[in-house]
Amino acid sequence: MIRFEELSKSFGKLVVLDKVSATIPKGKIVAVLGPNGSGKTTLIKSLMGMVKPNAGQMYIGEQQINGQSNYRGTIDYLPQISRHPQNLTARELITMLEDIREQKGDARLFVDLFDLESHLDKHLHNLSGGTMQKVSIMLSLMFKNDILILDEPTNGLDPVAIIRLKDYLDEERKAGKTIIFTTHIIPLVEEIADEIIFLLEGHIYFQGSVSTLLSKENETNLERAIANVLLKTTSHE
Amino acid sequence: MNKILKYGFLDLIRSNWLILYTAFYLIVSVGVLMANGDISKSVISLLNVIIILIPLIATLYGIIYYYNSRDYVEMLLAQPITRKSIFMGQFLGLSLSLSTSFVVGTLIPFVFFGVFRSAYLMHFLFLLIAGVFLTFIFCGLSYLLGLANDNKLKGFGLAILLWLFFAIVYDGVVVISLVKYEDYPLEKFTMLSTLINPIDLSRVFIMLKFDTAALFGYTGALFNKFFGSSLGVIVSVAALSLWSIIPTWLIVRTANKKDF
Repeated sequence: MIRFEELSKSFGKLVVLDKVSATIPKGKIVAVLGPNGSGKTTLIKSLMGMVKPNAGQMYIGEQQINGQSNYRGTIDYLPQISRHPQNLTARELITMLEDIREQKGDARLFVDLFDLESHLDKHLHNLSGGTMQKVSIMLSLMFKNDILILDEPTNGLDPVAIIRLKDYLDEERKAGKTIIFTTHIIPLVEEIADEIIFLLEGHIYFQGSVSTLLSKENETNLERAIANVLLKTTSHE
Repeated sequence: MNKILKYGFLDLIRSNWLILYTAFYLIVSVGVLMANGDISKSVISLLNVIIILIPLIATLYGIIYYYNSRDYVEMLLAQPITRKSIFMGQFLGLSLSLSTSFVVGTLIPFVFFGVFRSAYLMHFLFLLIAGVFLTFIFCGLSYLLGLANDNKLKGFGLAILLWLFFAIVYDGVVVISLVKYEDYPLEKFTMLSTLINPIDLSRVFIMLKFDTAALFGYTGALFNKFFGSSLGVIVSVAALSLWSIIPTWLIVRTANKKDF
């Protein structure tokens, strides 16, 4: 279980998160949605300790994680944009991350999942954008920890890879893992998310299942329901 | 931290720029040794090259390295390691690889010229020490500038200004002040002005090793007069160490507060 308590963060005068409180239950896939600049990435980066919140607490289980570093060993995190040392190969990076984390990774699984075998010994600057994203996914998920945090995991992936990733996440949920991801691809949310956290201007506008949001907005289609919310809030201004 | 350092070092040492940098010192050292045919003169010639060039390369390389490795650092930030180990590891990896380039590039030609059998071995070692200090100091300062400025253009601009200030503008300002206030006793001012510029400091540090320090300008003479050679060396090493430690400490402090 992951818990945020009154988490606030501003960059200068811009308030990105304003006393956000939420609980993410174990064994669920939770999609963090919201328009550009609504604080999705900031929320995730706070959880990873990359952004230092101005106020509020974060917990994983009962352990408070603000300012700690060891807890990151229990999380597999895929950042939105990931570049790595360009002079190294994917194979070297696997060994390096295993060495740094002092955990053994299961890279083979992802090499097969995304057909990466022929790319493992290329220097990273020779890889295409999509292949790079596959390599990033491999590097972040190979440790098979209990918590998965994915910031826009489908960026640059081809349809086959998206389907395989989706199936993989589904399997992991069945294995009882907690998965948090952000995306702008609504069908993906409808297909795999158990819960939605909808962020709007630094607040949680909605947290609950897809069907609850649909009935709340009186819609049958999630894309329309979300558009409704956005239109309502912009007309308020 | 050791692991970050190891990987950063391995990554950098393979890059073409560092190989070029090593080759440059090889060529310059060979050239200087051939032209002078004498180790002590060659050390002095090389001194004039390194006190300008090392700060320039360290500054530029430091700031480029910081911006290039930003995403790599973000990857490391997601690992179960502290920020202190990440940034210390990165910074030490950078400074050590540049220092290695410099030391290897100059050492090889000098060894072939028989520096170990010459009377000027210590002078040459002082040159190496000063070069390594300058590498650490300017890498540290420019890495810090990168860390403090997310805007690359601003970071680059400030880094170049930093080099320009210490390498060129600073001496001009000191000389102008000396001329303008020549009626006053200026010994302490001159001493202090040397201590707060790492480039001047390294110059004096090496000059003190040559018995003719007084011939190499006002500050050398002053250091010699005030401290005698050995105390002067200790004071200059202490000041150079402070110049290396303070930016390192500031790097850790800034990194701990920063949002990525």
